[in-house]
Amino acid sequence: MPVATIDGREIHLDDEGFLTDPSEWDEALATRLATNIGIELTDRHLEVIRWARADADEQGETPTLRRLQNVGGFPTKELFQLFPKKPAKKLSYVAGLQKPVGCV
Amino acid sequence: MRRLLVLGAGTAGTMVVNKLRPLLARDAWDITIVDQSEEHHYQPGYLFVPFGTYRPDEIVKPRRRLIADGVRQVTGVIDEVVPAAHVVRLADGTELPYDQLVIATGTHPAPEETPGLDDPAAKERGVHTFYTLEDAVALRDALAGFDGGRLVVNLVDLPIKCPVAPLEFAFLAEAWLREHGLRERTEVTYVTPLDGAFTKPLASRELGGMFAARGIDLEPDFMLERVDLDAQALVSYDEREVPFDLLVTVPLNMGAAYVGRSGLGDELRHVKVDPHTFLADGHDDIFALGDAANLPTSKAGSVAHFAVDVFVDNLLAHIAGRPMSASFDGHANCFIESGDNKALLLDFNYDTEPLLGYFPLPGVGPLTLLAESEANHLGKLAFRWIYWHVLLPGRPLPLATAMSMLGKTRPVVAEDDDREKPRPGELQEVSM
Repeated sequence: MPVATIDGREIHLDDEGFLTDPSEWDEALATRLATNIGIELTDRHLEVIRWARADADEQGETPTLRRLQNVGGFPTKELFQLFPKKPAKKLSYVAGLQKPVGCV
Repeated sequence: MRRLLVLGAGTAGTMVVNKLRPLLARDAWDITIVDQSEEHHYQPGYLFVPFGTYRPDEIVKPRRRLIADGVRQVTGVIDEVVPAAHVVRLADGTELPYDQLVIATGTHPAPEETPGLDDPAAKERGVHTFYTLEDAVALRDALAGFDGGRLVVNLVDLPIKCPVAPLEFAFLAEAWLREHGLRERTEVTYVTPLDGAFTKPLASRELGGMFAARGIDLEPDFMLERVDLDAQALVSYDEREVPFDLLVTVPLNMGAAYVGRSGLGDELRHVKVDPHTFLADGHDDIFALGDAANLPTSKAGSVAHFAVDVFVDNLLAHIAGRPMSASFDGHANCFIESGDNKALLLDFNYDTEPLLGYFPLPGVGPLTLLAESEANHLGKLAFRWIYWHVLLPGRPLPLATAMSMLGKTRPVVAEDDDREKPRPGELQEVSM
């Protein structure tokens, strides 16, 4: 399991680069992670990220796009604009959450 | 007299009452099962109806004969569960009280959640599905009149019941087109919200390879926003379009409406439960089994079967005031039809993804895992008989409830992997 040191702090990542411990996350790190995948964070990005983290904390799993729309009130169309092409994956990466599990 | 009330007489509900009736004294426990239909459908058979392999009458039986003597059967539409009053209310006003409640009303296609799919003109514009018997029959007729063009197989979102069914449909359709001399004139495309053919890495790789070998195009990361009936095209949220002449889609699947009204479901109306005991969150007398529950494993008959084995032991302990010591591992076992009278087999659980190898089956012999064979296809066809005569009556099958690693091969991780190791102190580039 890779470890990265960012701004003097150790961050634990899985093989795909996702944080394995959500408590190592803060908003400064989110900016770094977003830049890493070509996204410049805006207040609206942070609004989605904060809701997703609070929901994941409460539910024990990363919210799906449908949950973000139906429960969080973030339209799927907008999420595709904020996090192009793969919003569920990119949002969870930047938010320091587990990649959403596609149930088999 | 105490009351066990089971909602839904599908695979899980029927097995539960049939297994529990002999184990609960008749003078101590009333067992009642409620369903809105008088028929029981062998749902895995829907896949074969469009190709004429099964006639509708071969996969439907009257429900009454499948339920054990001594179980009260009620036909009605469920309106609401009222946990505070320990009562279930039906649409006709009937109130059914319970001491223990089992929700087993499954999950169902919800085409109304996607604009275009529930349009009355959808079928005329080539939009089909096979997730109900009526729809499977309509698709059979559409295929009979199909003369080539663009065949698109799609799933709207996960979870769906039998998540391998759209893959199987693509494989069977590709083989059917070859048999009918239409393959040269038909483009087959598989359009999925996933980033590959399937969810788990090894299975996705193997199944993706099978698509390539058959000339089936894969369109991944496609979140369907709407179906444009005039243009006959799927339109995604990021405004990609996939045109079709014949579309076979699996609509979003959702739990029963009453689950949502009763405050027991997640945003897809699947009941929130403990994944090891099936006890509904925040309740001591409500369980959910089979597709109705929000378990992080496949929604499939095999899962319901293994889950019922665990549940029966746990319920007996629970009503005797003892702790529920049996724990479900998420075991699923699925055949995947791949066309030309062959099939694959997947066997996995919460912690172990589908692996390659073989699956030992007493009396039958080893079946190949994640690889095509004729024996797997025969196993899938034989299962219809087993379903009616062994599984639903609650008789034992020679299959272990918990998943076993016997015969399975874990992928080897090379020691001398020369991929660049992450350098400490830097954030590695991520491809997505």
